[in-house]
Amino acid sequence: MTVNEFARPPRVLITKIGLDGHDRGSRVVAAHLRDAGMEVIYTPPWQEISAVVKLAMEEDVDVIGVSSLATDHLLVPKLVQALRDAGLGDMPVIVGGIVPPDDEQALLAAGVARVFHPGSALEEISTLIRNVTSERRAKAA
Amino acid sequence: MNKPMTQIPLPGFDEAERLWKEQYAAQIGTEREIRNRSGIPVQPLYTPRDWNGAGYPGALGFPGQLPATRGIYPTMHRGRAWTQRQLIGLGTPEDYNRRLREILDAGATAISLIPCNSVYRGYDVDQVDPLILGTCGTTVNTAQDMATCLEAVDLGRISVGLNDPLPFTLLAFLLTVAKRRGTPWEKITGTSNQSDYLSHFVANHMFFRIALAGSRRVLTDHIEYMNRYVPGWNPVSVVGQHMQQAGATPAQAMGFTLCTAIQYAEDCIARGMAPDAFLPRFSFFFDISISFFEEIAKFRAGRRLWAKIARERLGAKNARSWRFKFHAQTSGVDLTRQQPLNNIARVAVQAMAGIFGGLQSLHTDGHDEVFSTPTAEAARIAVNTQNILREEAGLTDVIDPLGGSYYLETLTDRMHEEIEKVIATVDAAGGMYAAVEKGLVQQMIGESALAFQRKVESGEQKVVGVNCYRVENEPPVKALERPAREAMLSQVARLKRYKAERPQQAVNDALARLAAAAHDPKDNVFGRVVEAAGAGATHGEICRTLRAEMGFGQPLVMV
Repeated sequence: MTVNEFARPPRVLITKIGLDGHDRGSRVVAAHLRDAGMEVIYTPPWQEISAVVKLAMEEDVDVIGVSSLATDHLLVPKLVQALRDAGLGDMPVIVGGIVPPDDEQALLAAGVARVFHPGSALEEISTLIRNVTSERRAKAA
Repeated sequence: MNKPMTQIPLPGFDEAERLWKEQYAAQIGTEREIRNRSGIPVQPLYTPRDWNGAGYPGALGFPGQLPATRGIYPTMHRGRAWTQRQLIGLGTPEDYNRRLREILDAGATAISLIPCNSVYRGYDVDQVDPLILGTCGTTVNTAQDMATCLEAVDLGRISVGLNDPLPFTLLAFLLTVAKRRGTPWEKITGTSNQSDYLSHFVANHMFFRIALAGSRRVLTDHIEYMNRYVPGWNPVSVVGQHMQQAGATPAQAMGFTLCTAIQYAEDCIARGMAPDAFLPRFSFFFDISISFFEEIAKFRAGRRLWAKIARERLGAKNARSWRFKFHAQTSGVDLTRQQPLNNIARVAVQAMAGIFGGLQSLHTDGHDEVFSTPTAEAARIAVNTQNILREEAGLTDVIDPLGGSYYLETLTDRMHEEIEKVIATVDAAGGMYAAVEKGLVQQMIGESALAFQRKVESGEQKVVGVNCYRVENEPPVKALERPAREAMLSQVARLKRYKAERPQQAVNDALARLAAAAHDPKDNVFGRVVEAAGAGATHGEICRTLRAEMGFGQPLVMV
């Protein structure tokens, strides 16, 4: 891997799993990341976990962002496990949306890199994505 | 009697105005331009220079009369306060019925039913991960479940708001329950909330959908059927709430909503229905943001525009067809996770804007909705916020109490113009159906959402606790009420038992007729849904059948 590889902008998958479809948050975040120079793969809501894993692999993304406005975040530990099973255990998963505090602790314990709540600054999200991307690429290199 | 209209020049007006302008400029220094969320510039002061009442009869008139700006009924809230329609739905049908009876015992005359997200997405309980079952609403899959939900509820007396996207299975279950109990359908009243499929394609992808063309057919069938057999039911609730929550400005949300109503009305007219046969049963559902005056102006302008559209564009002759009946909900997007009790104040301000806007029915959000579905305590505070506004604050004493304000009247006119621009844009795209199909509406909303978020981040739009007045170390939030896992698994078992015990051949036949109806324009798809529900078909089976025949409603999403 070359130095240039580190300069390559992060590739981010922004998605929603489960049942809910409130997508203002995921769209705004996706548009912001795109405007911030990242490569964004955006899916409609209601993705199956297996479909997300497949897409992450095929698109060779650096980070997966899951938006949850109802209770679909309860499924994220299953996504993290499915990524591990697929050999993508080092893929950072971040969650954004309405996540109660107890659930947040459970998500972090399950391996989620970070949970962003309503009111988070877009800059904070893009900075975190850059950081976890560089860390992961550095480890891979 | 004073002269009702103020004419300029008034003695001393010009001189006083000039003096004020000088003083204002000297004291304010350089000032950034203030614009409301719809982009309309806001002046520091409004006077008879801006609005002088000269156009009163044509622009305002009297409540219950054209042009309807001041209200759709002669008595408005003084005659009858708005309906308190809180959303409820949690856990099993038994849980729901228990909560419902508490509310009815407390004097409610109208109820609502929010189903589980699995129901919204067209699934039965046995088709989704039990982890997320019943966490956002009630699991209702069969007529039997609905009978449990509505136990001891007199359907001939209590108005029911169903959150029931097409193909309206919850309503079909309700009609089945009524028939079994001997309640005449003519006596049933209520509303099909979430019947507005276009809003689901543009702004809120949480609902079961079949492809656009099929959705259009099913909604029109539904209106026609309900019109004929359940005349007291409001089959359409045109929703501006989704679009505004998704990021549309208040003017855009109102404009798109009116365009949607025009589209549905024109579809009914094309079907051969007379405008005055169905328009009196159209209703609307809006979001109320915290942009106080803008929201009041939005509702006043929307009401005036709808009366004009119904009369002139759609050709309705009956005054009931011109009435802009609307339910409104305080904006969840405006609520903050930071210092969540502040949300009680926000909800009160939003509710006041809706009340001054002349709403017919109101839902106030729980202050903890940024964490989860509201707890019982938060729901009680939300209801009491309405009670305080109605009983203590004197808001119902005077009809359209802010009417005649130089600012509000000017703003109402400016919002009116902005809304008309949105309608013209949609008309130029070929109407709302075509504009949604092309993605135009989605794109406009997405741009507005991003622009608003950028304003929050730059600090131009202040949000207390988020970009100003922050506190460190917020206290932890109380634990949530979640339905017991065993209760949800028992639902799955109950559904299995239900399927084993029902007359399977009758269900198969009814589903086959439903499938055939999808391809027979002379048949009524909703009528077949009612028939299938009565035969014992489940929600998931009905949805699956229609999706197979009419296609899946792929999201028309863009970033």
